[in-house]
Amino acid sequence: MSAVRAPEEAAVAAALGSEDERAMARVGDLDSRIEQAWDLLAGVLDPEVPVVSVRDLGIVRDVRFDVERDGGLEVVLTPTYSGCPATEVIEASVCAALNDAGLGPVRVRMQRSPAWTTDWISAEGRRKLREYGIAPPGPADPDAGIAMRFVPHRAAARLRCPRCDSLETERISAFGSTACKALHRCRACGEPFEHFKPI
Amino acid sequence: MQSSIEVSRQPAVRYLLRIGDTCLIQAQRLGEWCGHGPVLEEDIAMTNMALDLVGQARAVLTRAGALEAELGGTAHDEDQLAFLRDERDFLNLTIAELPRGDFAVTVLRNFALSTLLKLLWQRLLDSSDAELAAIAGKALKEARYHQQHAGDWVLRLGGGTDESQRRLRAAVDLLWPYLPEAFESDEVDDEAFASGLGPRWADIADAWHAEVAPVLDEAGVAPPAPRAFRSTGKKGVHSEHLGYILAEMQHLQRSHPGGVW
Repeated sequence: MSAVRAPEEAAVAAALGSEDERAMARVGDLDSRIEQAWDLLAGVLDPEVPVVSVRDLGIVRDVRFDVERDGGLEVVLTPTYSGCPATEVIEASVCAALNDAGLGPVRVRMQRSPAWTTDWISAEGRRKLREYGIAPPGPADPDAGIAMRFVPHRAAARLRCPRCDSLETERISAFGSTACKALHRCRACGEPFEHFKPI
Repeated sequence: MQSSIEVSRQPAVRYLLRIGDTCLIQAQRLGEWCGHGPVLEEDIAMTNMALDLVGQARAVLTRAGALEAELGGTAHDEDQLAFLRDERDFLNLTIAELPRGDFAVTVLRNFALSTLLKLLWQRLLDSSDAELAAIAGKALKEARYHQQHAGDWVLRLGGGTDESQRRLRAAVDLLWPYLPEAFESDEVDDEAFASGLGPRWADIADAWHAEVAPVLDEAGVAPPAPRAFRSTGKKGVHSEHLGYILAEMQHLQRSHPGGVW
């Protein structure tokens, strides 16, 4: 069951008194702990891009108390890439952060569907990526699976250099240091930079 | 020495193993390029694609192992399926296990297989198996990028030098005889189609040719004339090459059962 309840419900229950009141008070307590969990997740960083949090990346699908099972805190994450080695580190970091704050027992459940898209990266996340020197992803192309067109090696879409804002950039490698990035360089400032690929 | 597991022979399990094993063995071959790529960018590209494929294989093998139990057999996890199966229980397409060859062979095989897998994942989005559909949703995005990259390289090799053109031609002649296997359906496919698990591979043949033929054409290479030869990897009867891959891949778990990093 989802522990998210409207505050007015708790107020109504409080007015009623009795066992309902105590039950609702517990729910209210769960609500505040869920809020605390979300706040803590804003501090759990991606190990590969240690400026964006798991919340910035949009990989946290849900945070809930599994009252039907054991009352444990369940965090639902969605993987970014099938083979991303950071996934297990992220799971461990999420558990550690919430356990350390006394919100345990904590478990992480991976949920593949709907598949993660870079469109879920927050505006804040995009800003942090740019400041870190990584060009943030543009919108994922919903038609990419239908119309396929091969482009010459150097004619991939021009990106804005995260350092000097020039559009005089080119792709030098379709793949990069992690599954989620490609390598580009800026001809204006001469600096190489990474691009978070839209998927 | 860790002995082999006995794998379910249920058609639905075999259907999943064909997909998972093709991803896994292709990943092994791409991974062999680590430290050997012709340029650094391609070294990174091939290992990145291998990583995606390993991830896809893990997910599909995990599902296959769970399905074994659901169909009345013994459950196996992804590691047991990868490391404790004998050669005859691997159901990858033979083309995936052929030696990595030169860069043209690698590029062309990657183009052929990523196109096939992309088309499969597209159709598996509608699988009656919710977990397989979820795996497909993620894998499709990755296969699309692999296909784009490999197709781009087919064109570059075709339009490059006489030498790159010659090597691309040799790669087509070597690899193409192994492709008909992919598009011939059998009882495994028929049952998957009937249950809604996934498409008959024969039913994606037209779409595959429609995407591959124009690229080969533009690259200036023509497929060789069809031959009677048929490879049979997806039925578990492999070329001499798979045993060597398994010897390397499985050695640690076979010699040190349960060993972990």
